[in-house]
Amino acid sequence: MNQWKNFTKGFIKENPVFVLLLGMCPVLGTTGTAINGLGMGLATTFVLFMSNTVVSLIKNVIPDKVRIPSYIVVIATFVTIVQMVMQAYLPSLFESLGIFIPLIVVNCIVLGRAEAFASKNTVLSASIDGLGTGLGFAFALTLLGAARELLGSGKIFNFEILPEQYGMLIFILAPGAFIALGYIIAITNRLNKQKA
Amino acid sequence: MEYIIIIISAILVNNIVLNQFLGVCPFLGVSKKIETAVGMTGAVTFVMVLATIVTFLIQHYILNPLQIGYLQTIAFILVIASLVQLVEIVLKKVSPALYQALGVFLPLITTNCAILGVAILVIQKEFTMVEGVVYAIANAIGFGLALIIFAGLREHLDLQEVPKGLKGVPIAIITAGILAMAFMGFSGIV
Repeated sequence: MNQWKNFTKGFIKENPVFVLLLGMCPVLGTTGTAINGLGMGLATTFVLFMSNTVVSLIKNVIPDKVRIPSYIVVIATFVTIVQMVMQAYLPSLFESLGIFIPLIVVNCIVLGRAEAFASKNTVLSASIDGLGTGLGFAFALTLLGAARELLGSGKIFNFEILPEQYGMLIFILAPGAFIALGYIIAITNRLNKQKA
Repeated sequence: MEYIIIIISAILVNNIVLNQFLGVCPFLGVSKKIETAVGMTGAVTFVMVLATIVTFLIQHYILNPLQIGYLQTIAFILVIASLVQLVEIVLKKVSPALYQALGVFLPLITTNCAILGVAILVIQKEFTMVEGVVYAIANAIGFGLALIIFAGLREHLDLQEVPKGLKGVPIAIITAGILAMAFMGFSGIV
């Protein structure tokens, strides 16, 4: 398989958030600001990349019947690593992402890629797929975070773009997450249709 | 009194789906019909309460005494996954009728972040056992309330004329946003 295509498919065509609609909890819960979205996206990317690689390495050793629990243990291990590293080096980000860091374990994208892709492909393809899907996820979170931050407080990554009094607070709060995501999905659908 | 505050806050003010964004996948996935929404709510309630009790015991009687709190994530997810399997096997044997109603939803629950989320939150908030159980039940009710209202809205939404680009998922998510706005009206009552 063409590795470049394998890498880029996660961005637009098979974007885990906008097209496949997987792993919605962190998408909505951590995108109050662009930087939180990016942090969450990169944490998930690391877990996806590592778990895809390891699952692909051990795919011939694991008996078929216990494969899902084994994958979960592999994923949970890397999530714990991310948790500890973030707590040590990025305590403020860790604080603001809160419960969503341990919840990467139950993110359907991670288990989904392990089961659907990594368990059937070579190590190289699997790790590239993990990286591509993860960065696609990070891209989606950052985009949504930036949109919400801009509409809500007039800033992107804390740089002021609009004066603060024009911000619509609702976009930082819970309802804005749903509404902004709905419109972004509509736009993505439209773009994908045009290309096809 | 404490319990009443926990209940009201979990169901209305900090609704688990619409405010804390836990369990959004089943919220979007099984909300096309009210019937399935009710079934899912039953399964979630059952597993959430059980999982909270079991993970509470594990945290306080295994992880804490041995000082291996960092294994929390791994331990909890394994326990929840096996618990779901166990519930499935027991239900099949003991109550085939209930199994018929909840069976299809059980495997989906392992990856429902609401279950693991509530289990972790109970530990983080340092609840006692009873408070934890109350909290779990209240969150399950909150999940069910949001899910069933949303399913009702979506059934109506199917009959409406919607702009082409927004059809299907986008309009459903925007509707969820408006529903979340309605729930924001409850903020401040506790």
